[in-house]
Amino acid sequence: MGVYLLRRMLWMVPVLLGVVTITFFLGRLAPGDPALAMAGQRASQAQLERIRQQYGFDQPLLVQYGIYLKNVLRGDLGISYDSHRPVAEVILERFPYTLRLAAGAMAVAVVLGIAAGLLSALMPNTWIDRVAMVFSLLGISTPVFWLGLLLMYFFSIQLQWFPPSGYGDGSWIYLVLPAVALGTQSIAFLARMTRASMLEVLNEDYLRTARTKGAGGLCVIGKHAFANAIIPVVTIIGLDFASYLSGSVLTEKVFSWPGLGRHLVIAIEQRDYPVINGTVLFFCVIFIAVNLIVDWLYAVLDPRIRYET
Amino acid sequence: MKPWRHPYIRAGGVIVTLLVLAALLAPWISPFAPDAIRLEERYQPPSWNHWFGTDEMGRDVFSRVVHGTRISLGIGVSARTLGLLIGLVVGCVSGYYGGKTDLILQRFVDMTLAFPFLLLVISIAVIFSETEHDLLGVLIALSAVMWAGLARLMRSQVMVVKERDYVAAARAFGASDFRILVRHIIPTSYVPALIWWTMGLAQAIMAEAGLSFLGLGAQPPTPSWGSMINYGSPALRVAPWVSFFPGAALALTVLGFNLLGEGLRDVLDVRWSGRQAGEGT
Repeated sequence: MGVYLLRRMLWMVPVLLGVVTITFFLGRLAPGDPALAMAGQRASQAQLERIRQQYGFDQPLLVQYGIYLKNVLRGDLGISYDSHRPVAEVILERFPYTLRLAAGAMAVAVVLGIAAGLLSALMPNTWIDRVAMVFSLLGISTPVFWLGLLLMYFFSIQLQWFPPSGYGDGSWIYLVLPAVALGTQSIAFLARMTRASMLEVLNEDYLRTARTKGAGGLCVIGKHAFANAIIPVVTIIGLDFASYLSGSVLTEKVFSWPGLGRHLVIAIEQRDYPVINGTVLFFCVIFIAVNLIVDWLYAVLDPRIRYET
Repeated sequence: MKPWRHPYIRAGGVIVTLLVLAALLAPWISPFAPDAIRLEERYQPPSWNHWFGTDEMGRDVFSRVVHGTRISLGIGVSARTLGLLIGLVVGCVSGYYGGKTDLILQRFVDMTLAFPFLLLVISIAVIFSETEHDLLGVLIALSAVMWAGLARLMRSQVMVVKERDYVAAARAFGASDFRILVRHIIPTSYVPALIWWTMGLAQAIMAEAGLSFLGLGAQPPTPSWGSMINYGSPALRVAPWVSFFPGAALALTVLGFNLLGEGLRDVLDVRWSGRQAGEGT
């Protein structure tokens, strides 16, 4: 397994290189003089020169690419056109907010999704099962930004249970609506995955054996069935968490959540290219890294997986 | 089971048919021009005159939603079809020729799938957003991202089929590689390609709306559902209908295509998920 993980990590190198290359060229396609935009309109000639040299804007494209690679490896993602601060600094400042939202959304999704899926699987083809599956299809089909606005309208404007948007003093009450909006698609997927996985496992021979040996209902379901059925579900949880971390862009925009996703939206509106590219690069690294962790977790949970190939 | 007996296909079929009709007949169905501004009628609630109310410029929301069907379906169908062509070519070449060609092409597939979906679309669409080719940018961004899954699918299909006897026979008769691919190999993959195409339509339509919600993609006054939701959201308190109806139309469209895709997958019994990570966050 160690070899497998090592190979997967090595495989990340060309993918990351590809990501860096794409963000580099996207940055160079942007209109205007990047040095002037980074330094600001009131910068002196000397400051401009320094930035041109630091990022190699006066060099041929290939040399620029080399300098960009070197800078990225050192964690230097350029300077924001808007705030004139280092992009990496801004990213690290914003990321904890995104992490908090992602964790909240995942918590909602795991609890509700797995509960609905279990209920459906234990009572297949009853009205409970049908209602749960219809809701799950609706959940998958509802765009997150529209759902966010609906939640905001009903629960904060009409009922006034939650604040409409923002982060406030950081209390959990600000987290509820964005987390539910972001988590809904995962609730739906997790419910269907849990249901399918449980139904498959419940028909296996070893469960019949367990029952004939006198194991009680709850023991069979909890210890024997659920433990096996949960494995594919964990993968979905991991992948969804990775995509939440790599930019809950739409949700953060709807709720003015001060995370990295909203920061990216603002950067897009202001055409702040170093921030756009730096954030995209950062999100991709997180996304790929979390995927790797999910892979590893998968092997830990299921000892049958040995990754020999 | 006959496809049209499946409840999902029936429900999805009805929704999609209505949408296609709305798109085709938009100028005749809408009571007003989608961009007709009447400032004295701004933020009117839904009424007999304006079924879905009016927006911040007094434009009729119903007419705009109906016209928006054209953008959503148009972009969705064309991005998906373009993606289908790219995926088909890459997958066939990769699977048929193998070797180094396959190795290189598959790294491109890996790389595309390793990107978080919406983020890659955003980074491509940003470049086009300042030009007058805003919709073309969305189309390019979406199809540049949505081909990789099919390329992988086609590759494995081609690798299996190319070893069959009838392909060897065709080759013995002197058929060219192109003819073998087009006449003998690609037709065996209609079903998975069709399901891939349908399932991804919902995803493409949702992504287009997401982009225009972010201010990329279709620029005003083009009646795109995503930008209508965006421009309506500051007035949520006083005029919730401005963003409610385009969002409902979007959700209904996505539901329709999801139902159709799931139904097809059920009936044709293909165990395969077309979901790509990070699509709707």
